[in-house]
Amino acid sequence: MFSFENILNLPLIWYGLIAVAIFLYVLLDGFDLGVGILFPFAPSDQCRDRLMNSIAPFWDGNETWLVLGGGGLFAAFPLAYSVIMPALYIPIILMLLGLIFRGVAFEFRFKADKSKKIWDYAFHFGSLGATFMQGMVLGTFVQGIPVTGRSFSGGPYDWLNAYSVMTGIAMIFGYALLGATWVVMKTEGTTQEWARKSAGYVLGYVGLFLVMVSISMPVMNPEIRKLWFSLPNVFLLFPIPCVTLIFFIMIWKDLYKGFETRPFVLSLGVFTTAYLGLGISLWPWLIPFEITYQQAAAVPESLSLLLVGTGIMLPVVLGYVAYSYYLFRGKVTHEGYY
Amino acid sequence: MIDNLDALWLARLQFAFTISFHIVFPSFTIGLASWLAVLEWRWLRTKNPVYAEIYRMWVKIFAVTFGMGVVSGIVMSFQFGTNWSVFSDRVGNILGPLLGHEVLTAFFLEASFLGIMLFGWNRVGPKIHFAATLIVATGTLISAFWILSADSWMQTPAGFRMGADGIFYPENWLRIIFNPSFPYRMVHMVTAAYLTTAFVVGGVGAFYLWRKLHVKHARIMLGMAMIMAIFVAPAQLLFGDLHGLNTFKHQPAKVAAMEGLWETTRGAPLLVFGWPDMKEEITRYAVEIPKLSSLILTHDFNGEVAGLKAWPKDERPPAAMVFWSFRVMVGLGMLMIATGFFGLFLYWKKHLFDTKWFQILCMALTPAGFICVLSGWFVTEVGRQPWVVYGFMRTSEAISPVPGSSIALTLTAFILVYGFIFGAGSYFILKLIAKGPDIQEEAYGSYGMKKPPIMTEILPEKEGRNV
Repeated sequence: MFSFENILNLPLIWYGLIAVAIFLYVLLDGFDLGVGILFPFAPSDQCRDRLMNSIAPFWDGNETWLVLGGGGLFAAFPLAYSVIMPALYIPIILMLLGLIFRGVAFEFRFKADKSKKIWDYAFHFGSLGATFMQGMVLGTFVQGIPVTGRSFSGGPYDWLNAYSVMTGIAMIFGYALLGATWVVMKTEGTTQEWARKSAGYVLGYVGLFLVMVSISMPVMNPEIRKLWFSLPNVFLLFPIPCVTLIFFIMIWKDLYKGFETRPFVLSLGVFTTAYLGLGISLWPWLIPFEITYQQAAAVPESLSLLLVGTGIMLPVVLGYVAYSYYLFRGKVTHEGYY
Repeated sequence: MIDNLDALWLARLQFAFTISFHIVFPSFTIGLASWLAVLEWRWLRTKNPVYAEIYRMWVKIFAVTFGMGVVSGIVMSFQFGTNWSVFSDRVGNILGPLLGHEVLTAFFLEASFLGIMLFGWNRVGPKIHFAATLIVATGTLISAFWILSADSWMQTPAGFRMGADGIFYPENWLRIIFNPSFPYRMVHMVTAAYLTTAFVVGGVGAFYLWRKLHVKHARIMLGMAMIMAIFVAPAQLLFGDLHGLNTFKHQPAKVAAMEGLWETTRGAPLLVFGWPDMKEEITRYAVEIPKLSSLILTHDFNGEVAGLKAWPKDERPPAAMVFWSFRVMVGLGMLMIATGFFGLFLYWKKHLFDTKWFQILCMALTPAGFICVLSGWFVTEVGRQPWVVYGFMRTSEAISPVPGSSIALTLTAFILVYGFIFGAGSYFILKLIAKGPDIQEEAYGSYGMKKPPIMTEILPEKEGRNV
């Protein structure tokens, strides 16, 4: 049977691919969940129709990255998948239920007359709940997951603590920033004006939470502290927080200067540097402080087969995802449903 | 121990609940996507606006169903890990790549082109739109390919080696993907999905004819559905039979449960009715047709069929559920075939579109396909118990280290949320059916028509009949 293990570092490649899949999920579903978070605060029903239309052709594809992240983790790192899922059993299922509510709201909302309000709220609270749970999952994850043998050995409510609640709220503001800047890019007039204000409002909170997480991680964990603050790492890694700060200042200015696309791109930039910082802190753990990516990897034969499929399909997927974004480019209106 | 048993039972119940709910949607959308492609192709070829109007009506139903399929499907991609983490750890090397390929080759394809299919009417030309529909239809089939391959591998595992650590290692990918039961399951399931859709479409068409609404559209719906019932329903009997023979070869205990047979018998009878009793090891109230079971399974009146007693008690599937699910599936399948025959007869008599009792029959059979698909899956999944990987890993070994209380909590949440969401979804689908196809004023131009259709075109009076 074929295997590339002698020529390629398969676990590392897969670690990178899964990280990219999860990152793309965070960016892409991040902005459409963010739109859901801001949804009820929009000034009018017409605005809300526009918000919905701006993401309706994309949300399904965006959520597919989550399936790729989950399915890819199962495929490439079955051990990690089988530890993380039981450890985060309740928050993951609550997240899924949130995604159900917001996902069906797209279809139901446009078909409902009297019950439209119900689906507005389903969309909002589904998005809010799913985001909050994703933040809690992240918070639990960075605190470390206890493992005995090949199984999770903690309690069913380990995920419920003040720190993960904080990261949950942080995630809400982060996605709201992506959502607001997306709306600035995709709409005009009143809706855009409102989105601009919202983006400015959440931007401060995003900065606050980013600082809190950045300080708390090295404080909680001596290894992360050593990684970031020892020589020469401190100089090599110093650009990451600096670039983040520059992005923040630029978003702030751009919002006031009336740029339409740049705030969204820069918000993606903030997420990129934050994700990079997180990735560096947790390297090389797949289950923080218990299992590394090498230990959790599937056998080389499985990773090789997957790599063949991915090598062929991922460029194709990225190609038609890009085509779909290109096709639905430009400003949205409140009508124009099929 | 009691705690562990409860957790196992709850985890199974939760998985059964979420997957049963989920399978309803793909079994409808697989067929519907292909049918929409056919409709759009007919419209492009004939320029007959009726096809476009039917397309636009059903694409909305497709969108609602597909949306529910997507969200309930995302749940499934996590349920393997949340409920069956030991299973995920041990079979990840084998099933992981299959599911990974499903996401890469099918899910993205469906999701991206669905956007174009639904929202792209005014952004792309008709040919590209048709291509998008075709791609979505193909995506549903690719998805079915991978997931059925994965399920079939669990039923008839092949091409692997089991390590001393209990982990499954791949040896031959082609044998893993094309494992012994996969081709049969694939053909049987895809055909089932097509028939499910056909009977929904036929039922709706019959409803319109019965109420004398949208007659032009309804005739196409019922007519196309009957083509499927006439040709595909009998073919499904053959596919099902072949699948059954395959099961008889690889999972004879499942077949023994389907037949309600306890003693290994030469010339085994076919039980039309009965109640398999696991404790007493007999099938009560049996009504039997002598030797028929042997004839079907071995093609010999005196062929030997193994009974459930050939297996130790802890390797027998719960027979009553398998036995009855099988009879529900076959019974409804026969009714579908009969509907095809009636349809053919009425067509020959030129009364296909105006026979009241036939319209009522078609309306009654609207949900038949769904019931068949669900009961068929009950047969195959309950019938392979107590194994999760047949003959190699028990379901009881597969469970996550999650306490029963957490599973009970989330199961309750699933039941409430699914009940509400899918109740609402069904309501919206019924509303779309009640509304019927849109014949818009401004649409005439875009269909290349010079004037709006007039009543006599829609309702041609033939020999004093209504239709």
